Amino acid sequence: MSGPQLGLAISVFLACAVEAVEALTIVLAVGITRSWRWALTGVAAAVAALAVIVAALGPALDAIPINALRVVVGALLLVFGLQWLRKAVLRASGLKAQRDEAKAFVAESDAARAAGLAGAGFDGYAFTIAFKGVLLEGLEVAFIVLTFGSSQHDIGLAAIAAGVAIAAVIAAGVAIRAPLARVPENAMKFAVGVMLTSFGVFWGAEGAGANWPGGDAALLVLVPGVLLVALGLVQWLRRAAMSPAVGRPA
Amino acid sequence: MAAARGNVAGGRETGVSRLVRAAHGVWEFVVGDDPVIALGVAVALGATALIAGAGAPAWWVMPVAVVALLTLSLRRAAR
Repeated sequence: MSGPQLGLAISVFLACAVEAVEALTIVLAVGITRSWRWALTGVAAAVAALAVIVAALGPALDAIPINALRVVVGALLLVFGLQWLRKAVLRASGLKAQRDEAKAFVAESDAARAAGLAGAGFDGYAFTIAFKGVLLEGLEVAFIVLTFGSSQHDIGLAAIAAGVAIAAVIAAGVAIRAPLARVPENAMKFAVGVMLTSFGVFWGAEGAGANWPGGDAALLVLVPGVLLVALGLVQWLRRAAMSPAVGRPA
Repeated sequence: MAAARGNVAGGRETGVSRLVRAAHGVWEFVVGDDPVIALGVAVALGATALIAGAGAPAWWVMPVAVVALLTLSLRRAAR
């Protein structure tokens, strides 16, 4: 497996695992508090919708010339990656609350109970919340699989990495029947933000006509470089938060 | 979203409010919390294409832009 392929597999695995953990929390909450039958029907409907989206977009992406594809994919990955990284840096520096699956589970369960009792028939609440949760988290997974996979001409590897991540999260969820609060979700999001941003920089610049010194090996500098910058920004924000001029870094 | 809610009549959404909600959802999905990042990425890619088109090395533009955009965005968020 080449360096870019390994980067692709790790990025897709981590991103998909994070999204799957969040979707699992939602499905567990409505399944336990309301109706497993309709929560799982919502999951199945969302998976079917995602399959249609991927089947429609995958071949379309393959038909786009590689340089045009890399500019578009690079731009999207950069916008996505920088948003992930921004949130991750804010969380790591203490300026934004860390995501807590146990708290998210309690909030989702309370909302499900407050929505009223489920009747014997169709439970629209359980179906809709599970459907929306899986569809929205799944769209990010599909986006990452398609963009990474098509840029590397290896959608198969991206799909395998995504499948392994989702299967691992589902297996863990079935085993403990509780939200996966011990998964280091915030650290994983930080790592995904670094990878998406690094690959976005690489493909975006290449697609726009730039030549990287060293070719693909430039990624071996870009990934640790972006990581170091992000860690430096965390320290900067922490120091700024502790100084008298809180929240106003110079 | 207030505009979208304003179009809900008798508990049923109009086609316009659905479109507004869909457009808002796409915007949130792609652009996220800070539109300056999306704008900055587009400008940096354009600059890369221009410099590369002129025959000069252009690989450095995106890394510099990413550091600047992330720092700027975090600085705004921390205020």
